[in-house]
Amino acid sequence: MIPAAFDYHKATSVAEAVGLLKEHGMDAKILAGGHSLIPAMKLRLNQPELLIDISGIADLKGIKDEGRKLVIGAACTHGAIASSAEVNKDAPILAITAKTIGDIQIRNKGTIGGSIAHADPAADWPAALIAADATIEVLGGGGSRTIAATDFFTGIYDTALEEDEVIIAIHVPKVSSTFTSAYAKFFQPASRFAIVGCAVVMEMKDNYCVSARVAFTGVSDMAFFDEKVSSALAGKSLNDETIAAAAAQAAQGVDTLGDHFASEEYREHLAKVYAERAIREAIA
Amino acid sequence: MKKQINLTVNGKAYSHEVEARLLLVHYLRDELRLTGTHVGCDTSSCGSCTILMDGLAVKCCTLLAVQADGANITTIEGLADNDSLHPLQEGFREEHGLQCGFCTPGMIMTAADLLSTNSDPSEQEIRHALEGNFCRCTGYHNIVKSIQYAANKINNKEVAS
Repeated sequence: MIPAAFDYHKATSVAEAVGLLKEHGMDAKILAGGHSLIPAMKLRLNQPELLIDISGIADLKGIKDEGRKLVIGAACTHGAIASSAEVNKDAPILAITAKTIGDIQIRNKGTIGGSIAHADPAADWPAALIAADATIEVLGGGGSRTIAATDFFTGIYDTALEEDEVIIAIHVPKVSSTFTSAYAKFFQPASRFAIVGCAVVMEMKDNYCVSARVAFTGVSDMAFFDEKVSSALAGKSLNDETIAAAAAQAAQGVDTLGDHFASEEYREHLAKVYAERAIREAIA
Repeated sequence: MKKQINLTVNGKAYSHEVEARLLLVHYLRDELRLTGTHVGCDTSSCGSCTILMDGLAVKCCTLLAVQADGANITTIEGLADNDSLHPLQEGFREEHGLQCGFCTPGMIMTAADLLSTNSDPSEQEIRHALEGNFCRCTGYHNIVKSIQYAANKINNKEVAS
């Protein structure tokens, strides 16, 4: 399969990429690792006239420790995040999740910024970023701004990004050793995307849950923060009963996806099962 | 519109003008005639197009040739040291790690990435590393043994005969 013809420009700065996006609008697409975009272009689901390659911009790479948070460059690969000592220590939900994305080859090339800009409803990153309470730093024609991960994903392949905005970095609050994290995922067996993925970050005091953030991907048009499960965990001593009661609240009131892999009813069931697995794994 | 790319493939420098939409796998196979890198699923699932790009395993059916500008690439053709097989190639021969052979170059290149960061992987680590490579003949069992053979050889452990 061959993509439709396009023009290609390798940008040397984010400002240059933003300028080109402003000039070309919807006809241009940002290329980072290309592991969401190129498959779509090969299927001719996407036929941009211009690709703006941002993979050579040094500012977008690297993971910086900024005291109370980690700042992960948008062009960091899933593999770089999975193996980062800082991320494993200070934002483990991201490392745990990164290790489940695709396979070695995909993780070596696909980027966090590219994945979240693409906003596949079955992608893993959205659940992790919402559970981690991350914010997304973007730069566009109107200047720079930050968007909370909970507000970033707005629908199937749809985000809060404006047409001329480029993702610069993901800001992730650091967690101390009193926090515990897990990501439980029901894999689509061929693509390894999440039919249902549940990310959990909890602050624990022995088996008492001080606070919890539970987020789902794959269940609905977009990843979401599950307020009901999160609040059912917070302020409780976790045991079989309280965990089961919290997990039973999963994905209530959301518009559940149904497709040939999993019906709506099955996804709703999986959400409860995977919430329980993620909570149990986090405290195991 | 054509773009100039300069890259190194199997130790040799190349410079070509390519169409922006040319996939890297087609550049390697059709332009350089390095046909050991295969096109299987063409959707970045099967792994038969795996090569090493700057030392990391990647699926080159999902990369543009222009993305490889400045890169150092190794394909299956570049793995052996002249006439002496790479331990992975030897392992696949000794342990019958292939049947039809279609997936083999990709399997070997992925395993080369694994062994470059973990020279003594457990069976589980090997199986986990191969999750992006499909084999429809062997059931993976002998592929795992082939990679264990290579790891043992690299680590100078005694290789079971």
